[in-house]
Amino acid sequence: MAAVCFMITLVLYIVATVSFLSYSLRRSEALSQVSLGLTAVGFASHTFVLGARMFAASSSASPSFSDALSFFAWMIILVLLIVELRHRIHVLGSFMVPLALVSLVSAAALPDTEPTLQPVFKTLWFHVTLSMLGAVGFTVAFVAGVMYLIQDRFLKSKQFNVLYSKLPALDFLDHLNQQSIVVGFPLLTLGIVTGAISAQFARGSYVSWNPEQIWALVTWLFYFIVLLGRLTIGWRAKRAAYLTVIGFACVILTLVGVVLKGHSALS
Amino acid sequence: MHLIVVGLSHKTAPVEIRERVAVPESRLGEALTRLCSYPGVKEGILLSTCNRVEVYSVVDDIETGYGRIQEFLADTHLSLSSEQLTPHLYWHTGDRAIGHLFRVAASLDSMIIGESQILGQLKSSFEVALAHKTTGVIMNKVVKKAISVAKRVRTETKISEMAVSVSYAAVELAKKIFSNLHEKTVLLVGAGEMAKLAARHLIAHGVRHVRITTRTPQHAVDLAAKFGGTAVPFDQFKDDMASADIVLVSTGAAHYLVGAEDVHRAVEERMNRPMFLIDISVPRNIDPAVRHVDNAFLFDIDDLKHRVEQNRAERVQEAEKAERMVLEEVTTMLDWMKSLEVTPTIVALKSRVDDMKRTEVDKVLARLPHLSPQDRELVEGLASSIVNKLIHRTMVTLKAEVNSSSGPAFVEAARRFFSLDRESPSVQPIEAYTESPRYHTETSAESSADDPAPETSIHQRAR
Repeated sequence: MAAVCFMITLVLYIVATVSFLSYSLRRSEALSQVSLGLTAVGFASHTFVLGARMFAASSSASPSFSDALSFFAWMIILVLLIVELRHRIHVLGSFMVPLALVSLVSAAALPDTEPTLQPVFKTLWFHVTLSMLGAVGFTVAFVAGVMYLIQDRFLKSKQFNVLYSKLPALDFLDHLNQQSIVVGFPLLTLGIVTGAISAQFARGSYVSWNPEQIWALVTWLFYFIVLLGRLTIGWRAKRAAYLTVIGFACVILTLVGVVLKGHSALS
Repeated sequence: MHLIVVGLSHKTAPVEIRERVAVPESRLGEALTRLCSYPGVKEGILLSTCNRVEVYSVVDDIETGYGRIQEFLADTHLSLSSEQLTPHLYWHTGDRAIGHLFRVAASLDSMIIGESQILGQLKSSFEVALAHKTTGVIMNKVVKKAISVAKRVRTETKISEMAVSVSYAAVELAKKIFSNLHEKTVLLVGAGEMAKLAARHLIAHGVRHVRITTRTPQHAVDLAAKFGGTAVPFDQFKDDMASADIVLVSTGAAHYLVGAEDVHRAVEERMNRPMFLIDISVPRNIDPAVRHVDNAFLFDIDDLKHRVEQNRAERVQEAEKAERMVLEEVTTMLDWMKSLEVTPTIVALKSRVDDMKRTEVDKVLARLPHLSPQDRELVEGLASSIVNKLIHRTMVTLKAEVNSSSGPAFVEAARRFFSLDRESPSVQPIEAYTESPRYHTETSAESSADDPAPETSIHQRAR
């Protein structure tokens, strides 16, 4: 049942992605409702899949990376739906749904590898959830940054095309960028702390300097500087947009590090 | 009963004629009363704007009705002879008259497609007509429908969304940089007409803080009082720029007043908050090199004009969508008007009650199988006579009121009382109707869909 729902979710997200992308390129507003509808139904079925997994997993089981990615996709759609409800910016879906889709496809493609850490007191659950929530924040910041750079380019070059008319105002995007980092950063911090605690329980050392941990620390430091720069010396607008795009690369590398670690542990 | 429109617009008459034909609002009521005092003219509405003067009327006969309205227009404007006036007039009847009114209300016939004033003007003309009781069942329904069609066009198409004036284009661009203009500050450098207009638009869209500087300090103070803003000394405005989110420059200076360096400094001082600069002056007053400053968005008069042209083209595209909506709505309107004709109503009424009688009689007879043929006839006779007596007065009244001004009201009432419309939804909409010579001018309804301006001047018609 859960597997069927997973496939349904996947198909719905694919159709929604196509629909959202054509929405962003066409003048008509009609597609936005269709795309949102598809996304919402996909989200409902996705919620069911995750719920079933949670229910099935015994308390001692540890979260697989595939589950984490699925959760990540779910959170992105959740954020999208919330922002959509509050601000009615349909074009956001054209950027976020494809990301969620990529994440979900990766979740489907990855084998259900057990993590190397043995769970103690469920700290690993906290670590995974919190880190993923932090990553969601940075992903939204990345999307806002990309949208900002596109709109900035359109305004500078005086290109008033369909996408221009659908993108929101620059300061809204900058604000979204800031809010996402402000929310994502403490979550990532907690995620790293709980990760270190798990490692301490499992292996007796907080840090083992594997690629995952190195990239996680680099990411944390990077966003710390970005946040500090924004609050003190005005790293906002275009610069902030560029920085969050770079920061997102760090997030991706960290996730790749996690996968590699899982594989090396298996071999 | 025929709906007819006679008038002239920016498409058929030059401004010299239009300004002489225009009826001032103070005289509108009197003119309408006079219009409806002509024999054969039942209802009337007069729409008079700077781009059009049109009389919409319900008349007994098309040809004489047209003559009366022409007479009325000539009488209203003593300075114009009817020879001068007639070549500029166009007229439509039936479906084309309804279509014309819908297109006018939806601003598809306006000089600037999609402008919103015309709807307000139509509403106030309608109110005047209501106040002077020169409208009846048909006019009320048609005008109300025209207003709702116009609203539908505005919400379902983007026809009036995009700015088509330079000053308004500035507001539209500002909204792409700042999502909320309420907390924003605009700095007005110089006081060109267009800049003032743009500032007024910005204030209308929520900008609260206005700072003004001009070369003559007193002028700035005067303007500041007018806009509810503050005056800034001209030699200090560059230092003031950092506090402004929107800078509107339009002075008569022959050189650049604002350089890239100034803007760069201002943006830095603003901690990289975006800045929107509009240069409406010719020759330009802001160095074009400002384009290369990050987080500063400079638009000059050509950029704004370019935007306006794009928007105009888009409006024309949207207008095509709107034309289709109008056509749809004309069809439903025609269905309604068709229902107001007396003969089909009488026929429908008869067949309706006959049906009712038949079902009831059959029901009763089925339960009385023992009746002799004579008795059965008696029962049927009884039912027939009750039914006929019941509808007799209705039929007589309908026939008597055929040509009175309240005729349509009686028809409408009869159709509702006997729910005639539920029984027979009109299956043949527009085609069947335009076949009828009474609501038919020489062009069919189809051609009006392809022709964006289906107005035939009376001049052409006469030939």
